[in-house]
Amino acid sequence: MLRTLIHHPVIRRAVASLATLLGVAVFVFVLLRAIPGDQITAALGTEAAALTPQQRSELEAYYGIDQPLVLQFFSWLGNLLTGNLGYSTRSQESVLDLTLAALPITFELAVLAILLALLIGVPLGMLSASRPDSPRDAAGQLVGLAGLSIPAFLLATTLLSVLASSFGFNPNGKAFVPLFEDPALNLQQMLLPSLVLGFGIAAPIMRTTRTAVLEVRSHDFVRTARAKGVGARRLQVRHVLGNALVPIVTMVGLQFGYLLGGAVVVEQVFSVPGIGRQVLLGIQQKDYALVQSTVLVIAAAFVLVNLLTDLAYRLIDPRVRAA
Amino acid sequence: MSHRKRIGRGTLATLSGATALSLVLVGCSDSGSSDGAAPTGGGDLVIGVTSDPDTLFPWKATQFQAVNVLQNIYGTLTELDSDMSVVPGLAEEWETSEDGLSLTFHLRSGVTFQDGSAMDSEDVVFSLESIMAEETAAVAAASLAAVESVEAPDETTVVLELASPDASLPANLASVNMAILSSDDTEEELNSQPNGTGPFTFDNRVSSQSVTLVRNEEFWGYPAALASVEFRVIPDESAIVSALQSGNVQMSVFDDPLVAQTAETGEVTVEATAQLSYHALMLNASRGDLADRNVRLAIQCAIDRQEVLDTAALGEGEVTGPITSPAYRSDPQARPCPERDLGQAEQYLADAGLSEVTINAIVSQGEYATSVNEAQNLQAQLAEAGITLELEVLESGAYVDRWVAGDFDAAVALNGGNPDPHGMYGRYFTSDGNLNPVAGYSSPELDDLFARGRAVEDPDERREIYRQISEHLEENAAWIWLFTSYSYTATTSSVQGFTPMPNGSLRFLRTTALTS
Repeated sequence: MLRTLIHHPVIRRAVASLATLLGVAVFVFVLLRAIPGDQITAALGTEAAALTPQQRSELEAYYGIDQPLVLQFFSWLGNLLTGNLGYSTRSQESVLDLTLAALPITFELAVLAILLALLIGVPLGMLSASRPDSPRDAAGQLVGLAGLSIPAFLLATTLLSVLASSFGFNPNGKAFVPLFEDPALNLQQMLLPSLVLGFGIAAPIMRTTRTAVLEVRSHDFVRTARAKGVGARRLQVRHVLGNALVPIVTMVGLQFGYLLGGAVVVEQVFSVPGIGRQVLLGIQQKDYALVQSTVLVIAAAFVLVNLLTDLAYRLIDPRVRAA
Repeated sequence: MSHRKRIGRGTLATLSGATALSLVLVGCSDSGSSDGAAPTGGGDLVIGVTSDPDTLFPWKATQFQAVNVLQNIYGTLTELDSDMSVVPGLAEEWETSEDGLSLTFHLRSGVTFQDGSAMDSEDVVFSLESIMAEETAAVAAASLAAVESVEAPDETTVVLELASPDASLPANLASVNMAILSSDDTEEELNSQPNGTGPFTFDNRVSSQSVTLVRNEEFWGYPAALASVEFRVIPDESAIVSALQSGNVQMSVFDDPLVAQTAETGEVTVEATAQLSYHALMLNASRGDLADRNVRLAIQCAIDRQEVLDTAALGEGEVTGPITSPAYRSDPQARPCPERDLGQAEQYLADAGLSEVTINAIVSQGEYATSVNEAQNLQAQLAEAGITLELEVLESGAYVDRWVAGDFDAAVALNGGNPDPHGMYGRYFTSDGNLNPVAGYSSPELDDLFARGRAVEDPDERREIYRQISEHLEENAAWIWLFTSYSYTATTSSVQGFTPMPNGSLRFLRTTALTS
């Protein structure tokens, strides 16, 4: 009984996820302290040299870095289990509050970027696959290659400065507003960042779609369907694309998880106060609690997205359900 | 917010300040401010900054962005004017006793904190005593080292009794790290709700997005013209430039000459202001070959400072000697080898009995824009004199760690200046200075000169002493002073009445107005 329970895929999956998260916790804790400098030098810079020993120890106590490392680790972990993600000394707010503000923004950005990427990538991939090695395939591949090879920071900075200086269009120069406060302005502010991210992600989605569609098209059932008179559009969408979805969904899941980690560069350039910027700022300021807890939240989100992707397979593909 | 975009498109820039101001009162009261504060006149200025303050507690603030915000909220006994001279702040006047051992401040009466409570001598005593107390860990504690006691004989008088005369004290008291706080407040409270006596009042903060201040109607001086000032965080400098061009932001300060260049278009003007901070190759005279004065002088003679400035910073700056304080500025020509002289460098090396020298230099990556370029140019120039400069380019956290520990032969550095020359170098080059282990050089002559410079009140006499200090530093090549650079204040044409300062301070936001 116990044995079957332990080997149940869901339980196994949950245990593996927890182990992953614990690994991430240890890793980020150690790594963060391996970076030269601490909160004192991050805050005071070279002025830290002028501190007297007593001043320094007062500051160490203030930042909570006077405790032994093992104690720091377990008190952080203990607090986490009670839902206390710690306190950011820099912004004088709890990490939980900061994360609850930043995570929905990144989530919205990721969803929009994925939608745009699907909107660009899937039709383009199907177009390329519809006649391999033709000019239209070359055109599709070219767009895909551009999406892969143009760095996000370059595209982002160029878009921002050209639109701002030539058309005075710069919603990102205004104070950021959350989606539910002013949806119209919020969507304007999300437009460029999600476009830049979406363009980058459209490339792998386009290539995956192309390969998967070509692969599915070579199967016998496609020929059968065509033989029994299924219309061209229905054949492409229902029969071919429907069966090519698994690799596309895998790719989308991966990219979505990656986006939840915060698209640091894009968030930085467009002043989007998402989770990526929160982590970056935390690292720069050596705000240990902030970085540790936020990274853990990101890791948990990633694990969750992977789980949801697996579940999505079961919906899409009856063969997975049967297994 | 839609009104914001139009700010800066007006053609009223030629109006005189007074007319412009009255127009502002009627014309610019749009309710576009996102914080919902109702502007009553003067407009809402948005300043683009790359980071929000890392603390709101003035005694611990060293970060540029924090200092700029807090300086507008808090008051200090003295203040610095645009030419870096000391002018009255919360103290209307002050006098030094004959023996220089007692400094008496006469406070303004009727000054209130932003929570409505009165500011009096008790608050000043509380503040200065707390700053001096080690457990506060205030960054300016060392500036009050000469102070033995702080007394308040009556409500508007504060007397500082000194162990030794300290002529630099009035200038040092102008720092926001010496802010006068209410004796009723605690650090914990002030971290989230600042309470000062400055021209602006803290309104709200959205973490890592913005800090908004509103005009303090009860300010002891002329109330500020602006209804509010928002420090809006736009982390990427080129994105700030875009926000200036689209009119979302009306002002920003840049250090990087390249960024400043791109900002200067159409509606945006850029003003360069020479800074007190200076670029230098710090030498650690306590290490290896550098202990030999001749080796240090060889380095001094092998470097063309103008070339470093031209290649690393587009020529945007001025070659400098040690002291950059305006009233005491060193003559950059008064040094061994004011022009590069490779023959002389070779001679110095020969005097040291060496034909080649290898020095390790730490360089910070990302701390300021020109560091690596400066280092590479220095390396190339020194190579021609047989001196190998091995560069160790470090992430800024790692650099600060090494710098703080004094763990380097040489350091390519951008150090902050000070309006008072004692404040600038007393801590580095006196043998008991708290930064002497980092400076790596001291001498009995310097100790004596610094002690005299601190004790003397007469300006001419002081200038002569600091000229000698400057000369001593150069003739011993304690460090290699290179150049001072500019800071660039970019404003849209709607911004009027702002004066940038050599220490980068935004003190003159109180006289700034927006025209429509």
